[in-house]
Amino acid sequence: MASEVLIDLLNTVVMGILLGGLYALIALGLSLVFGVMKMINVAHGDLILLGTYFAYGMMTHLGVDPILSLIAGIPLLFVIGFGIQKYLMSRAMGRSMEAPLLIAFGISLMLQNLQQILWTPMSKGLTTSYALESFGLGGINLPLAYLFDFIAAVIVMFLLSQFLNRTYLGKAITGAAQDRTAAQLMGINTGRVYAFAFAISMATAAFAGVFLGLTFPFTPQSGTSFLIIAFGVVIVGGLGSMIGTFLGGIVLGVAQTLGGYFLGPTSQMLVVYCLVLLVLALRPQGLFGR
Amino acid sequence: MNEGAQLSVTSIDVFYGGFQAIHEVSLKVQSGEIVALVGANGAGKSTLLNTISGLIQPAKGRIEFEGESITAMDPSQIVALGISQVPQGRRIFPDMTVRDNLVLGSYNRNARFKKEQNFEMVYNLFPILKERKKQLAKTLSGGEQQMLALGRGLMSSPKLMLLDEMSLGLAPIIIGKVYKALRKIRKRGITILFIEQSVRRSLEEADRAYIIEAGRVVLSGKVADLREEEEIKKAYFGI
Repeated sequence: MASEVLIDLLNTVVMGILLGGLYALIALGLSLVFGVMKMINVAHGDLILLGTYFAYGMMTHLGVDPILSLIAGIPLLFVIGFGIQKYLMSRAMGRSMEAPLLIAFGISLMLQNLQQILWTPMSKGLTTSYALESFGLGGINLPLAYLFDFIAAVIVMFLLSQFLNRTYLGKAITGAAQDRTAAQLMGINTGRVYAFAFAISMATAAFAGVFLGLTFPFTPQSGTSFLIIAFGVVIVGGLGSMIGTFLGGIVLGVAQTLGGYFLGPTSQMLVVYCLVLLVLALRPQGLFGR
Repeated sequence: MNEGAQLSVTSIDVFYGGFQAIHEVSLKVQSGEIVALVGANGAGKSTLLNTISGLIQPAKGRIEFEGESITAMDPSQIVALGISQVPQGRRIFPDMTVRDNLVLGSYNRNARFKKEQNFEMVYNLFPILKERKKQLAKTLSGGEQQMLALGRGLMSSPKLMLLDEMSLGLAPIIIGKVYKALRKIRKRGITILFIEQSVRRSLEEADRAYIIEAGRVVLSGKVADLREEEEIKKAYFGI
């Protein structure tokens, strides 16, 4: 029946949009760091996962709700991020192009092994009562977690773009990304500005970690898949604006769910990767990039 | 000897890796003066300005501003003290609005609370910037970008402005406008140290000048005196 097909299709697209919000949440931090420091933070996925496991620890040992645990999780990751940039990356950036990449890779490896020791390789989830529920939207049933993810993504994107567009530090980060020397001539301490940018990126990672954990099961190796998604979003969405990255996430999410709908669940990621390749080939600056 | 000098550079050597760009250069600038640095491309003039701004550290020698040593300071401290550079090629932030470019000019804490005042001053000097304040900087013409770069430099409430080749790539009419604005800036008591391609214009606008060749000061003095120098006439006017 045509109307059933239509409802199924609508269901798929809406799922894709909501999922895309989560993907955007994962990528926003990477977009900020890549845009400013031109640094490919290959530890980004594992740092998100650090946020996930932190929330998991708070939940299993202290009984704290994962979203509530963000009150501690966000500052914690903010400080870790500030430290990584100020004391590790800044020294590496002076030495060579590859050094920061290697350091990030090292951090990634350390984190993966750390999580394995602490939490075992078994798959875990941030299982809360609300994470498993679904809600109805005009005849379609959607997982509640997906809706939370989307709302979280919109909030983070909004906060980030307000920060970048309206505050002195935000503008300094944007300026330093476009011309580092000119920024220095304005009296901007680019070392400190970079540290803040990285710290903010980590704060968003803490957020993303919690919502990822609420939505999908995770293992110590999940960081890699998060990183791949983040890259996919940044490539498709382009750099230069938080909104562009957000829309990139949506496009990716919808591509995945539609791919799954038409070609089956095993092919859905294939569609995503093909999309990424297509954008790289035809419009390398991304669909919404500058 | 350097009494009263607002800026004094004493015997500095500056290296780029293994290459010595500046040899034993000394100069001084009095408060309110306008001094030109003249010389061929690659003579080290930009390097000199970048060293004063703190982007490069001299290997030897001293730089003092209003009696305080700034030789080892980093760029953000130097801007805070009141030295502002308008770099070669303008280097405005291309994907930011005209207004945001100006806002970033007032980034240093001493200038932040004067932001609105300085905005008014800059918009009065360059009304076109007010007109285009919401436009992205990259959409401005060359001359407008130069005015933006100058305006941005003014937003930090500087006492001394370092200008690197403002007329690069600009039509003569525009260059005239820019230098007219510069004269107004001078009237506010801001000291100027500038690099200018055209020797003629340098000598027209400046009180004093330093001629730089291969990283050394080969000649310096009041412009009126320099005009008479045979070497200048020969070297730069082919007479």
